[in-house]
Amino acid sequence: MRLTLRVWRQRNAGTPGAMSTYDVDGISADMSFLEMLDTLNEDLILRGEDPVAFDHDCREGICGACSLVINGDAHGPERTTTCQLHMRAFRDGDTIDIEPWRAAAFPVVKDLVVDRSAFDRVIQAGGYITAPTGAAPEAHATPVPKADADSAFEHAECIGCGACVAACPNGSAMLFTSAKVNHLNVLPQGSPERETRVLDMVAQMDAEGFGGCTLTGECATACPKGIPLPSISAMNKEWLRARRKVKG
Amino acid sequence: MTFPDHRVGEPIADTKAPAGPVAERWDTRRFQAKLVNPANRRKHRIIVVGTGLAGGSAGATLAEQGYQVVQFCFQDSPRRAHSIAAQGGINAAKNYRNDGDSIHRLFYDTVKGGDFRARESNVHRLAQISVEIIDQCVAQGVPFAREYGGLLDTRSFGGVQVSRTFYARGQTGQQLLLGAYQALSRQIAAGNVEMHARTEMLDLVVVDGRARGIVARDLITGEISTHYADAVVLATGGYGNVFYLSTNAMNSNATAVWRAHRRGAYFANPCFTQIHPTCIPRTGDHQSKLTLMSESLRNDGRIWVPRAKGDTRPAADIPEDERDYYLERIYPSFGNLVPRDIASRAAKNVCDEGRGVGPGGEGVYLDFADAIRRMGRAAVEEKYGNLFDMYERITAENPYEVPMRIYPAVHYTMGGLWVDYDLQTTVPGLFAIGEANFSDHGANRLGASALMQGLADGYFVLPATVNDYLARHPHAEPVADDHPAVREVLAETEDRLNLLLAVDGDRTPDSFHRELGTLMWEYCGMARTEEGLRKALRRIPEIREEFWNRVKVPGTGAEFNQSLEKANRVVDYLELAELMCLDALHRAESCGGHFREEHRTPDGEAARRDEEFAYVAAWEFDGGGAPVLHKEDLTFEYVHPTQRSYA
Repeated sequence: MRLTLRVWRQRNAGTPGAMSTYDVDGISADMSFLEMLDTLNEDLILRGEDPVAFDHDCREGICGACSLVINGDAHGPERTTTCQLHMRAFRDGDTIDIEPWRAAAFPVVKDLVVDRSAFDRVIQAGGYITAPTGAAPEAHATPVPKADADSAFEHAECIGCGACVAACPNGSAMLFTSAKVNHLNVLPQGSPERETRVLDMVAQMDAEGFGGCTLTGECATACPKGIPLPSISAMNKEWLRARRKVKG
Repeated sequence: MTFPDHRVGEPIADTKAPAGPVAERWDTRRFQAKLVNPANRRKHRIIVVGTGLAGGSAGATLAEQGYQVVQFCFQDSPRRAHSIAAQGGINAAKNYRNDGDSIHRLFYDTVKGGDFRARESNVHRLAQISVEIIDQCVAQGVPFAREYGGLLDTRSFGGVQVSRTFYARGQTGQQLLLGAYQALSRQIAAGNVEMHARTEMLDLVVVDGRARGIVARDLITGEISTHYADAVVLATGGYGNVFYLSTNAMNSNATAVWRAHRRGAYFANPCFTQIHPTCIPRTGDHQSKLTLMSESLRNDGRIWVPRAKGDTRPAADIPEDERDYYLERIYPSFGNLVPRDIASRAAKNVCDEGRGVGPGGEGVYLDFADAIRRMGRAAVEEKYGNLFDMYERITAENPYEVPMRIYPAVHYTMGGLWVDYDLQTTVPGLFAIGEANFSDHGANRLGASALMQGLADGYFVLPATVNDYLARHPHAEPVADDHPAVREVLAETEDRLNLLLAVDGDRTPDSFHRELGTLMWEYCGMARTEEGLRKALRRIPEIREEFWNRVKVPGTGAEFNQSLEKANRVVDYLELAELMCLDALHRAESCGGHFREEHRTPDGEAARRDEEFAYVAAWEFDGGGAPVLHKEDLTFEYVHPTQRSYA
């Protein structure tokens, strides 16, 4: 396949960026999207040009590092991570636009690489269960109904890639935050910190500059792990319950 | 046979494991260990490099104990360390199934599975601690699979006959890592951990014979800085990416351990590499990495190839009596569940015979047709759905309808920095945990044991042993920036990066990495010969020389520069690869994942030579001269070495 790529190039956070156009040839349908970019970069290096910077690591859809907006969609046309998108999704002669995540809370580091440390700070605000090493009771001391365990797992699958934020017209992080709140709050082990967790995480999310949620549902459509949209309403319910309880 | 390319040094006499019954050694060691008064702990700084299962759990636990932890990862977030990609599960001797499991059986299986090249003391401790790990993870909210009654589910996993593997669908590593990451996040928020993401360790600072800090590069600004502490912990993972194609993440690398080796830490059993039997075959030269399919698939999938050579019919057109279910045929009692090294070699053998399937004949079938008939499609989907989806996404083939194609790929490195029973390297104050050390898996790791070892080291072992070291070295002088040792290591690092940028040749860093990887796969991969290893040992220095003359790294060091990061990692692969080949050459026996064609049983299985090689090969770096081999003799008091038999 021969393709035309229009790629966002930006030297660093302080310099304005722009789209640049590149032609790539000899692309096989079996290549992953990132292997296609590797091909471009090998060319650019040999031509003495700066290769395109992009985040990637496991290349099997689980680390959450890769983060490209492809033709306007976070992670591209299929519901998966960018690294698991293969070139068979494109046709010879296509023009492909490649941009970084766009969100106020995710400033660009270089080219297609953004700073997602805001997500880490949301987790630090309460996305954990306080269980210091050594203090744990026997694992079978507290049975967890299978339905609750499955629900916790469904939310715990979030890979923290940020596609939800990138897809949202408001740049909201509600789906990310609600995934962690629902993972932990549904479990008996998470119950003692149930109220502070949701209140503190939501407060931190707001402080990071993520936008408000208007339930457009773009986040759940873009999520490569299928975190469901009702996760957000469940978190809102948790938040209201916590507010009432804390205020008394 | 003599090897002019290495010298033999003093044997390692003492591993610091206490004497006495194996089941009491860990208690004994913990009681002997000096403690640090809680009020004094905050005066100690500990550097932890890496945030995977080992590093994340160690950082969180040390911070909970009151130490000041300074932690590093090259990823943009500690949550992305490569432990996250582990699929299958984590072993623990809980015996919840009442199927005859026990700590002693897990100990026995691990020593045997490692083909009698692991240290009994360490392995027994690992089996003991396995039980506590599950408790700890459940308390953190790790959503393990559960039965309808609400209790934890387990399954059996490659190479064992009991169901001791706890799992969270096909994402066990992810869930365990997020548990450790969340515990670490809590400590970051509490101000007990100073976290440096997107910061890569480039060298170790050794002052007066003790590890006192690291040199690191900020991957965004390119700034090179030094960080000091009273102890340094490397939790930087394995070195499988020496082979270019592996199941490791693209950025997993050997720089931290290799630089520590150059500063005095012995490197143990570097040739012990695990080739995982169930990976998706490669599709072409563009391939950048390989993807593992969890070996839990071998519980229900049946592995086969056509009986006839060169049979290119679609799988469905090959009648039952023209199929060779070769694992079931050769190993009737373990069948498709034989350990990884055996399954991998068997796949290679049938492909070498010309019976492989798929492009290039490098693949065997993993077939679920029987499982779907027996259990129903819904049950198969419940158990393996996400793995099937992943397979279909990569290959565009539906494994519910056509059998999967799999082929072995480099997956894990059992070798690593030599550590004593305290997980301390030969550099005082430098500890290595998780895959970065060599300690527990011998010559072959059992499935679902990597997660167990990473968390055992990080949550339980290291926090107990690092205390002892700090208590015995309570008043370390602060390290001054102008200390000659610091200036030397800083200058070396800067020179190395500047040199990489200055060559301005005509080949990319990746092209050298690929060339090295191809060579290593050919000569130091699944089957090794003296001739091949000698060929590789001649070729590697030539590639290295060509690298330093022809590599092209664009840009500068003072910016975000992924080519520079890559090139610097390739520098270290090019040195480590040579030591791997040397180790493989000197070990004139077959054991576990190390298979020397010259040493096999009449049935073609690995033939160990215990009288000569029942030792850990710990290599000392000698300033670029011939590496010095120190042998740590292995004694087996509890599990007596036998020829492994899975027939």
